[in-house]
Amino acid sequence: MRTAERPRWRGLAAAGVVHGAALAVLGAFAWILGDLLVAGLGQVDWAFLTAPPQDAGRAGGVGPILASTGILLAICLVVAVPLGLGAAIFLAEFTPAEGRLGRLVRRSLDVLAGVPSIVFGLFGNVLFCKTLGLGFSLLSGGLTLACMALPLIIRTAEASLRAVPPGLRQSAVALGMSRTSVVRHLLLPAAAPGLLAGFVLGVGRALAETAALIFTSGYVDRLPESILDSGRALSVHIYDLSMNVPGGDHRAAASALVLVVALLAINGASALAMGRFGRRLGAR
Amino acid sequence: MSLRLEAVGLGLAYRGRAAFAGVDLAMEPGTLTAVVGPSGCGKTSFLACLNRLDELVPGAAVQGRVLLDGADVRGPAVDVVGLRRRVGMIFQRPTPFPLSIRRNLDLPLREHGVRDRAERAARAEAALRDVGLWAEVKDRLDRPALALSGGQQQRLCIARALALRPEVLLLDEPCSALDPLASGVVEDLVRDLGARFTRVVVTHNLAQARRIADQVAVFWVRDGVGRLVEVGPTAAIFEDPQDPDTAAYVRGIRG
Ligand SMILES: Nc1ncnc2c1ncn2[C@@H]1O[C@H](COP(=O)(O)OP(=O)(O)OP(=O)(O)O)[C@@H](O)[C@H]1O
Ligand SMILES: [Mg+2]
Repeated sequence: MRTAERPRWRGLAAAGVVHGAALAVLGAFAWILGDLLVAGLGQVDWAFLTAPPQDAGRAGGVGPILASTGILLAICLVVAVPLGLGAAIFLAEFTPAEGRLGRLVRRSLDVLAGVPSIVFGLFGNVLFCKTLGLGFSLLSGGLTLACMALPLIIRTAEASLRAVPPGLRQSAVALGMSRTSVVRHLLLPAAAPGLLAGFVLGVGRALAETAALIFTSGYVDRLPESILDSGRALSVHIYDLSMNVPGGDHRAAASALVLVVALLAINGASALAMGRFGRRLGAR
Repeated sequence: MSLRLEAVGLGLAYRGRAAFAGVDLAMEPGTLTAVVGPSGCGKTSFLACLNRLDELVPGAAVQGRVLLDGADVRGPAVDVVGLRRRVGMIFQRPTPFPLSIRRNLDLPLREHGVRDRAERAARAEAALRDVGLWAEVKDRLDRPALALSGGQQQRLCIARALALRPEVLLLDEPCSALDPLASGVVEDLVRDLGARFTRVVVTHNLAQARRIADQVAVFWVRDGVGRLVEVGPTAAIFEDPQDPDTAAYVRGIRG
């Protein structure tokens, strides 16, 4: 009797802990979102999204800041996605899993992925702003963001490429298909959901970044006219409003709400895309 | 057209450990050779050597020669892509690509330079008819191949190889992942492909070997290395085996 009861009790306790943890995560998220909604929703309208900030951001909107953020993200993606994908294909397909080179590269990437963003900021400042002479600009900021997102993108992309069943590769090679067309026609489509997830993580990290951008793209809140202009990202704007601008808290909340909604939208869109793609390939 | 395939002193070692060695085996044009033997005796490794799939495994080293129509498949002038077109391989678990049924057949054909769309479609249809799948899939060619049943998937894989007009087919336990009915369908198919192809079939199912094979090759592990211990016409192997291990094996006592 005892032996039958104890595992049951333990099972219930374990289930309680698991459910409790899940609820805690959900609760924390709901709290943050609720807080932002209460504080910010009243202020977010079309004018807020398009107008330039006034009085250091206490009034006006975030139009130019959204534009700068978009440009920063675009530069980051244009650089990080092809580079990251290329590196991941090289790692997954052209280096053996336990080989020395592969191990070394992987280890370095894991270290890079954990480096605090302020370090990337200082690095980007020295390399892009000074050495390459790009100054405080959206280009410097975007490139720095790309450096930050790359380790994450490469590692997730490599993992999803390696997760493709080996039988697929084997049968393709047995049909006389070349390495490149195996990668292009089979592995990339099969790994696409994982690749997309990696890109979304990378974008998320870039969108939420503050420290790295203060040193590279600056905090000028005018509408940028070229990618060599300085520009202020949304997260930098939030930071500035809440730290340096007395009376800026309500605008900070409104901007944070915009940021969170943007993140949610990106996540939602990618989930939708993954679902479409999965159905097309017939994978479950 | 089917071709003669011959292994001469063939062996394969993984990182210095021999999986099988010293295999001399001739597979005459249009015949079906069944390769049988206990697990781990090197049957899959043997098949892999025949179309150079061993090259996918780092650290795998081949000894001896494989002659296709008298020419060494590892010769300097041989292009491996062409070799794999001529010597098709089917695996134990069906491995359709996660694409549409049509793309599954289209992709390899394109890879082998069949430029004309209509010709690709015609060859795909002929191959699907060959494996008896045409009636079942002709209205759903653009649906995912993974939505097919296991037996249909395996027949699709055979069709995919047939579309390339191979001369030799290697099948590694093609029925063992299928239910008895689907297994019977694939078995009949492999038998009825007949003299158009030289076929080598690895199987754990002795009754099946007896039903479909012209000759049977028995592999056995001796001193940790897979060896070909006996080969002969199917009737001879089953009714009058010479090797004691073979005798025990075909009587179902050992293996
Ligand atoms: N990729 C590999 N790397 C290292 N050793 C391998 C590899 N593949 C097979 N071997 C070894 O080679 C030997 C023969 O294996 P193989 O798969 O050819 O046997 P098999 O006769 O096909 O067995 P089964 O009937 O179980 O499929 C085994 O000892 C196995 O451990
Ligand atoms: Mg095997």
